[in-house]
Amino acid sequence: MSERSLRGRVAVVGVGETTYYRHGQAPEPEFVLCLKAILAACTDAGIDPKQIDGFASYSNDRNDPPTLATALGCHELRFSNMQWGGGGGGGAGAMANAAAAIATGLADCVVVYRALAQGQFGRFGQGPRAATVSGDLALSVPYGQMSPAQWYAPKAMRFMHEHRIGQEALRAIALASYHHAQANPRAVMYGRPLTEAAYDESRWITEPFHLYDCCQENDGAAALIMVPAERARDLKQTPAYVLAAAIGAGYRVHSTPAGFATPDLASSHFKTLAPRLYEMAGLSPADVDVVQCYENFTGGVLMALVEHGFFAAEAATEFLTLENLIAPLGKLPLNTSGGNLAECYMHGLELQIEAVRQVRGQSTSQVPDADVSLAVAGPMVTPVSTILFGSERVL
Amino acid sequence: MSYLPPGLPIPIPERNGLSAPYWEGLRRDALVIQRNPRTGAYQWPPQWIAHDDQGIDLDWVEVEPRGLIYSWTRVWHPVHPALRDACPYIVVVVELPHASNVRLLGNLLGDPRQSIEIGAEVEAVFEHHAEAQPPFSLLQWRLART
Repeated sequence: MSERSLRGRVAVVGVGETTYYRHGQAPEPEFVLCLKAILAACTDAGIDPKQIDGFASYSNDRNDPPTLATALGCHELRFSNMQWGGGGGGGAGAMANAAAAIATGLADCVVVYRALAQGQFGRFGQGPRAATVSGDLALSVPYGQMSPAQWYAPKAMRFMHEHRIGQEALRAIALASYHHAQANPRAVMYGRPLTEAAYDESRWITEPFHLYDCCQENDGAAALIMVPAERARDLKQTPAYVLAAAIGAGYRVHSTPAGFATPDLASSHFKTLAPRLYEMAGLSPADVDVVQCYENFTGGVLMALVEHGFFAAEAATEFLTLENLIAPLGKLPLNTSGGNLAECYMHGLELQIEAVRQVRGQSTSQVPDADVSLAVAGPMVTPVSTILFGSERVL
Repeated sequence: MSYLPPGLPIPIPERNGLSAPYWEGLRRDALVIQRNPRTGAYQWPPQWIAHDDQGIDLDWVEVEPRGLIYSWTRVWHPVHPALRDACPYIVVVVELPHASNVRLLGNLLGDPRQSIEIGAEVEAVFEHHAEAQPPFSLLQWRLART
């Protein structure tokens, strides 16, 4: 392991979220949602919000650190960070940036946050309404190729073609999220189970994605508090230590609208990240007890799981069954809160929270002795990011 | 006649003109893309610098407008008002083996419910929108006849 490592130096000590709403349904402004999630995370951690001295987010979150620090009465602002890149690719990256700031002494108590009120600010899944388009957008939008589902579908299509993967592999990923959401009262799809038949009969959005292969769009906010490991041990929650993280992409991964030109099209872009992640953690895929993997679209989850080394692409159809993907006893429990598909599309930050809850033993679909917990952000986007959390036992 | 109905955003070159040779080429039925004059490597989409040797004087050259379907999607859910009655439609990623395997996008003309074969040969159709303001042309694809 490299001496320059995050392993065991920083821990998540507080998590919080607002009520999760269907898109456009939040009764409060986005900024208020953001504040409430941060306050909930502070309460969970047992810390005074004024102690927060750093802020990290991603995907051009609209709630900037100086405004938040001022509103919260923070004594001092020492770190204000934005992970570049749209989509949810930066979820684990924002966590990694916060951990790096703490590990290097730039800050002592950093909150990672994401807030979305799409009723207030508009949705992701709609095409541009401008009269003209230029640049990379001009190469795709005039063909009716103008939403994330459409831009990413050819990546999954090619991957499924190359490795002879059946639609049932994507279906199992969707079913696992909905299965876990039925145990999670926070989930927007709580009380709304999904069956194989309902998946099969659901309409295509854009092939190979059915309706249930696509994430929700939601309103709400989520936040996590991170502090140095030595301080974490004195706080009230079981610490979830950062074991490793990685951010980035491989060779020439183009912008999303020009993604068709990326040399390695059939990829979620974790091929270079996953080996670095495991090396920093000193672990292998077999050590991972539970996985949260961002479902923008199930095809991205499929490729991300392969690229994180859990099974070979050729074995995907065989491995990806509901039985293998559900807590407590599946081989690879996946998206145990319901994820983006069925808990909430809080741009994947709810997946970071769930990864922490698994280490704490507080999930609504708990995996027994979950000591190593993986959270993967934004497959197929660039840059992507990925992070491993662990309990005290694996340090 | 165009494959998709009018009303979608019209493609125009950037203010700095980077992609202008491509759009001008399409208006005269030519596929014009970038090539590194030193290494002969083609590259796409438009860029100021060569990816292989970082030279900043890329050429624009005409290439034979044929290729192979590398991947595709068929869109059933419209996300723009102009497409409300246009679904399904097919989008193909086309690879040009004779030009450093660059890839371009386009619609696959013909029956939108046709079965699509990855690896199938396609040839370009230059779809002119002369009445649009500003006028423009799109690169489209159909299954090769030979």
